[in-house]
Amino acid sequence: MNGAEILIDALKKEGVNTIFGYPGGVVIPIFDVLYSTPDIRFVLTRHEQGATHAADGYSRSTGKVGVCLVTSGPGATNTITGIATAKLDSSPLVVISGQVHTSNIGSDAFQETDMIGLTRSICKHNYLVKDVHDLAKTIKEAFYIAKSGRPGPVSIDLPVNVQNAKVKNYTYPETIDLPGYKPVLEGNTLQIEKLARAIEQAKKPLLYTGGGIIAANATDSLLALLDKTQIPIVVTLMGLGSVPYDHPCYLGMPGMHGTIAANKALMECDLLIAVGVRFDDRVTGPPHLFANQATIAHIDIDPAEIGKNVKTHLPVVGDAKYVLEELYRHVKPRLPDAWNERTTYWKKQYPLTYRKSKDGLISPQSVIDKLNDFVGPETLVVTDVGQHQMWAAMYYHHQKPRHFLSSGGLGTMGFGLPAAIGASIGNPQKPVVCISGDGSIQMNIQELATCSINHLPIKILIINNTYLGMVRQWQDLFWNKKYSQVCLKQGPTCPPDCTGDPKTCPFEYIPDFVKVAEAYNIKGLRASTPEEVIPVLKEGIETQGPVLMEFMVSREENVFPMVSAGKPLSDIMTGDKP
Amino acid sequence: MKEKHTIIVTVINSPGVLARISGLLYQRGFNIESAIAAPTEDPKIYKVILVVEESDEYIEQIVKQLNKLIDTIRVVDISHKDNYIVREYIILKLDIQQKNRTDLLELSKQFNAHVIDISIDHIIIELSGNPQKIDRFIELVRPFGIKEYVRSGEFAMAEYQKSKKGEKNGS
Repeated sequence: MNGAEILIDALKKEGVNTIFGYPGGVVIPIFDVLYSTPDIRFVLTRHEQGATHAADGYSRSTGKVGVCLVTSGPGATNTITGIATAKLDSSPLVVISGQVHTSNIGSDAFQETDMIGLTRSICKHNYLVKDVHDLAKTIKEAFYIAKSGRPGPVSIDLPVNVQNAKVKNYTYPETIDLPGYKPVLEGNTLQIEKLARAIEQAKKPLLYTGGGIIAANATDSLLALLDKTQIPIVVTLMGLGSVPYDHPCYLGMPGMHGTIAANKALMECDLLIAVGVRFDDRVTGPPHLFANQATIAHIDIDPAEIGKNVKTHLPVVGDAKYVLEELYRHVKPRLPDAWNERTTYWKKQYPLTYRKSKDGLISPQSVIDKLNDFVGPETLVVTDVGQHQMWAAMYYHHQKPRHFLSSGGLGTMGFGLPAAIGASIGNPQKPVVCISGDGSIQMNIQELATCSINHLPIKILIINNTYLGMVRQWQDLFWNKKYSQVCLKQGPTCPPDCTGDPKTCPFEYIPDFVKVAEAYNIKGLRASTPEEVIPVLKEGIETQGPVLMEFMVSREENVFPMVSAGKPLSDIMTGDKP
Repeated sequence: MKEKHTIIVTVINSPGVLARISGLLYQRGFNIESAIAAPTEDPKIYKVILVVEESDEYIEQIVKQLNKLIDTIRVVDISHKDNYIVREYIILKLDIQQKNRTDLLELSKQFNAHVIDISIDHIIIELSGNPQKIDRFIELVRPFGIKEYVRSGEFAMAEYQKSKKGEKNGS
């Protein structure tokens, strides 16, 4: 067997049946083996970044390790954004890149880049395999590292001569020997008991949970704990879907664009139980002002997260599922009390609301709001990054874990469409909706080809405000409305002080997304007025196969509520009332 | 408050492990004052000894981040532990006049420093000892005229093993 055959055999032994990627010079030996490997589906994307996000979407939606295969040099560098996206959101990937002949490494050979050096700070671990005898062991370790502990991407750089090198006796290793890597799964019992006592003594306990709940498949354990203790809960962007949107304890998403109820609860609670979260600055605001009335307990599988951003009083290192189940055993039942009443009051008093548009265009929030009527709990919703992402997080009726995929930590525009492709391939029986913006969709719009050719029935919603809306919102609120380079209609003849009045703007939006869709043999629909939203959604969702729906929305609608960067969570801007 | 911490990182001797450590510290915004990496009695294991100047809470984060590296077996911050022998080595080249030579040789003798080379206008001295001793020696010979010196950075070893309860094991 040669290295390429060993690689494919090893991938099969790891249960891989789908690979996303793109061929190139130094990986031809591997593609030669794939040519006669019908039990692995290779999904040819149109860009390596698309392949990495697709593998990521596949991974997030299925819980399996996503696999990506690309060539050296530009193929490898094109995966960088995808790897960093996966790292920040703890998504397990194995990214295999080709590399030049080992004897050429370091000579600036054709399509040579130092992939190990490039990925060092954005992956969980990486390998350069210089000896074919190390290959099988490396694959085994890579998959184990990617999916165990706190999951993350692992990069493997594989020189072409190692792919071609022959091995006489190949066996896939059964065990792993990594003396430096032993994730702690079982949380310390004494600490868990302490936490149970703290919950009993607290007058205003609050759960703050995130992506760690989903990564640990701990949703059921969390819901059981909520059932027993009735503790109010806030769920971060990465955790959306782990608690159904209509759960009585659920207060919504916390942070910069969090609900008023969630942020008020965080500022007032006396015990904060953080599980599988990392106290991101978009959630906390200034760390010293975050939940500053509370004793903070932090349950996380990654010890380095504890105390990193916010001082923790009661740390528990362990797997979220294990710790929540133990906590369930140790904690006494708790009935809804005055604190529950207070948080429920906030929830009712300050619901998420939006105004009718004044300019005759569609209000962007209404698109998401109405989408709820056309999709069910089985639908996978994938977003891009920006205003539409926040509206999707706020107004979509989240019901299940692994059914809302979004680039949280890195905030990668261009994630949505390829991630939706990966999600659709991993879940062929489920409907997939990709909610994107007119800016984000253009960052990986070439993947419409992948979507079309593979007959993936993805319904793409473009919320088109003709702006890079989130940056425009900041320029509107904090930079004196100086709209610098955020209008996607802007050309060289535009007045520099244009504030974007659509009535005076003579330009058409480029491109015509409906025509773009049609060029890719995808059905394209456009809603330009509020009356057209429901018919377009109905037709789009009911049509077989991929559909692109463009919604022309109010140009200057802002995402509210909002807490400005650097302000405490009590400092909430609510915008205009409806 | 920032103070110097000596951190011993025991790692698997894998390619690029030093780059992983230095890259991590740089990425997280920590400055390395000195670093030594050398093999141990087990050829698979390397020890990297770092000196960093940071506050206690930062050091805790450094230790945790270093522990997260897959190749890291153990990380110990020995700064507040008294059961470690810490040593440093220095070679100095001094600009020396004939008339001062005796004084310098006497001083070197007091410090157990060795003269490696003497020529008409310079003298080369080596010295090992704890970092404070090295610092003191540098200050005392400075008036003679230091041309250049090179320090090894700190390295360290536990004097005795502590049992899990933190009590001395044996003597």
